[in-house]
Amino acid sequence: MFPCAAAGRSIVSTYVFVHNGDKTLTTGKKEQEPANAGQAAASDKSTWNKVLDADQIRRSVIRIAHEILEKNRGAQKLAVVGIRTRGEFLAKRIVDQINEIEKVSIPMGVVDITLYRDDIAHSAEQPLVRGTDLPFNVDRHIIILVDDVLYTGRTIRAALDAIIDFGRPLSVQLAVLCDRGHRELPIRADYVGKSLPTSRDEEVEVCLSESDAEDSVYLHERKPRKKQK
Amino acid sequence: MTKGNGKKLICGGRVIDAQRNYDDLMDVLIEDDRIIGVDKPGAFTGVDGAEKVQAKGCLVVPGLIDVHVHLRDPGQEWKETIETGTAAAAAGGFTAVCCMPNTHPANDSASVTRYILQRAQAVGSCRVLPIGAITMNREGKALAPMLELREEGCIAFSDDGVGVANAQIMRRALEYSLMLDTVLAVHEEDPSLCEGGSMNESAMSVKMGLRGIPEAAENVMIARDIELARLTRARVHFCHVSTARGALLIKRAKEDGIPVTAEIMPHHFAADESEVKGFNTQAKMMPPLRKREDSEALLEALRAGVIDCIASDHAPHESDSKAVEFEKASFGTMGLQTTLPISLEQVREGKISLKRAIEALTVAPAKCFGITPNTLAAGQLADLVIIDPERKMKFTEKMIKSKSKNSMFLGRELQGLAVKTFVGGRQVFDIAAIEC
Amino acid sequence: MPEIGPHLLGIDGLTRGQVDFVLETAEQFVEVSERNVKKVPTLRGKTVINLFLEPSTRTRSSFEIAGKRLSADVINVSGSSSSTTKGETLVDTAMNLHSMRPDIVVIRHPAAGAPHLIAKHLKNAAVVNAGDGLHEHPSQALLDALSIKQRLGRLEGLTMTIVGDSLRARVARSNILLHRLYGNKIRLVAPPTLAVREFEELGVEVFHEMGPALKGADVVMSLRMKHEYLKDFFVPNLDEYSRRFIVSEPVLKQYCPDCIVLAPGPIIRGTEITSEVADGPRSLIMKQVTNGVAVRMAVLFLLCVGRGAHWEDVDVAAAKEQAAA
Repeated sequence: MFPCAAAGRSIVSTYVFVHNGDKTLTTGKKEQEPANAGQAAASDKSTWNKVLDADQIRRSVIRIAHEILEKNRGAQKLAVVGIRTRGEFLAKRIVDQINEIEKVSIPMGVVDITLYRDDIAHSAEQPLVRGTDLPFNVDRHIIILVDDVLYTGRTIRAALDAIIDFGRPLSVQLAVLCDRGHRELPIRADYVGKSLPTSRDEEVEVCLSESDAEDSVYLHERKPRKKQK
Repeated sequence: MTKGNGKKLICGGRVIDAQRNYDDLMDVLIEDDRIIGVDKPGAFTGVDGAEKVQAKGCLVVPGLIDVHVHLRDPGQEWKETIETGTAAAAAGGFTAVCCMPNTHPANDSASVTRYILQRAQAVGSCRVLPIGAITMNREGKALAPMLELREEGCIAFSDDGVGVANAQIMRRALEYSLMLDTVLAVHEEDPSLCEGGSMNESAMSVKMGLRGIPEAAENVMIARDIELARLTRARVHFCHVSTARGALLIKRAKEDGIPVTAEIMPHHFAADESEVKGFNTQAKMMPPLRKREDSEALLEALRAGVIDCIASDHAPHESDSKAVEFEKASFGTMGLQTTLPISLEQVREGKISLKRAIEALTVAPAKCFGITPNTLAAGQLADLVIIDPERKMKFTEKMIKSKSKNSMFLGRELQGLAVKTFVGGRQVFDIAAIEC
Repeated sequence: MPEIGPHLLGIDGLTRGQVDFVLETAEQFVEVSERNVKKVPTLRGKTVINLFLEPSTRTRSSFEIAGKRLSADVINVSGSSSSTTKGETLVDTAMNLHSMRPDIVVIRHPAAGAPHLIAKHLKNAAVVNAGDGLHEHPSQALLDALSIKQRLGRLEGLTMTIVGDSLRARVARSNILLHRLYGNKIRLVAPPTLAVREFEELGVEVFHEMGPALKGADVVMSLRMKHEYLKDFFVPNLDEYSRRFIVSEPVLKQYCPDCIVLAPGPIIRGTEITSEVADGPRSLIMKQVTNGVAVRMAVLFLLCVGRGAHWEDVDVAAAKEQAAA
């Protein structure tokens, strides 16, 4: 239990995000696991399979930016929206690329899907609500929704609902760094950094320098999880 | 009470009788309703046909007297009846109880007094001594027919449950009582000062948002009635003293030779206002549980004899009347089965002597109310109780003999229990009956 | 994050970490009320019962809006329409509500401790105290704290002066408890009939004069003087009360020129507070109302988390039996 919220936040930023499912399983409690959980993970990394390194991630982002511009015939009407937490960092990288390529300044936003989760009542732990910020008129934009990993599709469903509560975008397109399959909803990505064939027993671990001191994507066996109460 | 019970020999017990100043290992021989001898262990071994009652390791004391009990009968028989209330009294070691007049109708007429006495005769497990109302319907407006009540068998008078707000009526009642050889047992709370209150007025009541009953509500009435007793020379008995300051006022009055006596309840000396925490309605009392300093001072006053006796203020209530909002809940706790063990708890903790505790439950209350005290001597009525000071039992609803179950002592480990109670030589209680 | 719940019965019992967490969550909910579509689907399918057994407009509508903005089904049960006026006990009311399987019961009741009693008998719903007698009003203290935090940027190191009838105000009690968690200095100022000495044992300074009470205060809270209290002889009349205790611009300027002013409302202009203060730049009164919705959204949200699973393994008969015992 943290004495103040600020401490809780700073720890979130050093935490290594584990995709054992989708963000629908993210809970505040999990995210506030102490920093040494991250360190423990770091020491384990030697046994993990690195599927993307920093250069590959950089190239994927550049390629995705180009694909977005190509498909939409330029940057007109584009707005990029990242899903907290790592989708936001990737969105920022994509926006920076697009702005550099096109010499423009396109708007960017973030969505927090906590309030749109379909499992909130069943969560055994206290969720952390962070804000949604879409500082542009949703109605007149083509929205590029960005997340790090596409898995069941439930996070994307929630994010779409959140965006639609703000208006009626011209269209929504989805960009992800990794697509690991196992969809539970009819959702697909328009732009994919890397398709990763995985089993459900595996976890995809995305590290981004903004929060995790390195850019890499790992694949590893799922650790036995504590049973939810 | 009953003849033809034969002979009983209570042997091996430690006999304590404040009246006779006994405290020794002795045997007690009973025949029919009388004690026929108290002597050294083994002195009665030659007596033929006596049923032996083993009291080894136990105390044998005169039957306890509770001068403050609500039997609720007539009128509120769902809470308690004379039958169940006296059964609880016997289980608590009491051989006589004085029942308060706040029945429905109030005990302000001879017919109610007669009903109580007849009912007690028919179904009671112990003696019942009715207390009549001071004013009609306890409304504090007109005097009840005290002479008639006294002649029918009321031993004292009280409007218990409310204070007599009007000082003039109180004065007249006191004066009138002078010709009746009786005592007025007064409930001391100024109604205007405690209006709407449901706990002691303190930082805790302020924090809990409950209207408080200030100590002063009790103290001003005690002070007033001390002056009225002085004026009229009539005897005043202060019911359930709950404040340290009240005890001090009584001490001074006694020093001045004013004819006052006082009683205290186990919940006032063994508990304090912190019991109310969490809106615990079982700890809602009138007068309320006060502060720790008060309970300590009251115990000291009891030790020193400033407060004469211990009584239970046995106040049975159906569970529904306690399972409500704190402010709506009924006042009071039952006490007949817990008064003795809670008092003996204080003895074990060294707060009062065993002799004083027994005195405060036997001789002292009798004296306050002008009743002939029970005593263990040849020719006396065989009203006595055998107490096992080591016997422990967790107080559960199953053990309760009363019709209601509202006790703030539920769940508490009680030690020092009555194991056998005799009224007029008849055994009216055996602890085997409540053992689980 | 700190666990919140299973009920919110008072500030009493909460830790500073829990209060911080509720406020931080509430801050995120402020934005939802600023959207065009002021609704999120978070509590879809959840049932919130507003059991208001005492008149209230502000708090009841605030909880109602909060529930609705979270997509919960909100049912209002008010004093006059409920069975309690027909003699039903609160426990029976609780048992009846229990059978309707609400997820949250928000209760306002004239008796202190009533929500605690309800909570004992509602095994599967969260109980939120929306004001019990003179005891507590936790959501009000939380929204006051959020308003203070937004304006001053902090909740620590403050001096707060509560002016008026703190004896009869549950808001005062909850605020005292909350600000004690932050180690803030709390002062009460009112006639001695209302600012009673017993408050000092709760860690509060008691004053009967505005000057020393207001000196250096960061936050001034003006409490309502209810007309009906006059019959209990607390003050001879309200004009006399205002003579010394009205919160006015000149007195604030003199003793605490930088203070902000809160009032739980409804305010009586010209008796407790002048219009100049109530409508002036110090006043957070309207902000408090806005924040009320956000705080209540946060409370409903945090108490609903994890509730869904509970119903599945509930043994209703056993729960009833337990409640009866």
